[in-house]
Amino acid sequence: MRIEYFQLIDRIVDLNLADRKISSEALVPTASTIFKGHFPGYPLMPGVLLIEAMAQTSGWLVVAMNRFQRMPFLAAVKEAKLRTFVKPGQLLSIDARLEHDGSGYSIVEAKIRAERKLICDATLTLRVLDFPNVEMEREMRDRAATIGLTVEAPADG
Amino acid sequence: MSSTFETIANIIAETCDIPRDSITPESHAINDLGIDSLDFLDIAFAIDKAFGIKLPLEKWTQEVNDGKATTEQYFVLKNLSARIDELVAAKGA
Repeated sequence: MRIEYFQLIDRIVDLNLADRKISSEALVPTASTIFKGHFPGYPLMPGVLLIEAMAQTSGWLVVAMNRFQRMPFLAAVKEAKLRTFVKPGQLLSIDARLEHDGSGYSIVEAKIRAERKLICDATLTLRVLDFPNVEMEREMRDRAATIGLTVEAPADG
Repeated sequence: MSSTFETIANIIAETCDIPRDSITPESHAINDLGIDSLDFLDIAFAIDKAFGIKLPLEKWTQEVNDGKATTEQYFVLKNLSARIDELVAAKGA
């Protein structure tokens, strides 16, 4: 996890397009400037970044489902529950399942566990749009390769 | 159409916290009820689930942007109900 670069997902550990599910892992760093403020003397992974980790995992699922044809953007967070503290050095397991593939949007159920214990969960709405430019599409493809997300090209080319 | 309208009126009332009795078949979802695009995603999701369809929001938006259709054709609720009935019928065909 590279918090300062907003790259919260370390690797994709499973992708099942038929079941519309994905699993990822993210190791919370032992040191980060973020922990200087959150909180002084008691470092905790900020809850908003846990939500972001769920959103990024969900986004990779949607990108994989549409085979890099379109880009998801977080639009709404519902029923988010932050159930327990996350401390530096913890390994997070993040699961996301596509609940609904709408026209220009997706609804995803996401969860984070640590040592099998449920840490947080939420229902996320993602707007799904054309890539705004080729640079972003290329960067997303490069980042996907780095974290082990590989998707075959669509059958029609 | 009436049962379709009742379903979507109830969805809108619940999703957007709009008094049910202020929602009529003549209501324009955007202009009269003040529903924005993000709230409309919630409504679309609920409609998709309730009717087992996929509202073609992107196609409709494109048609409006291209001047090939008016927002009234898709977002006045009696017209939205008719579009939903067409989609349901097409699914069963």
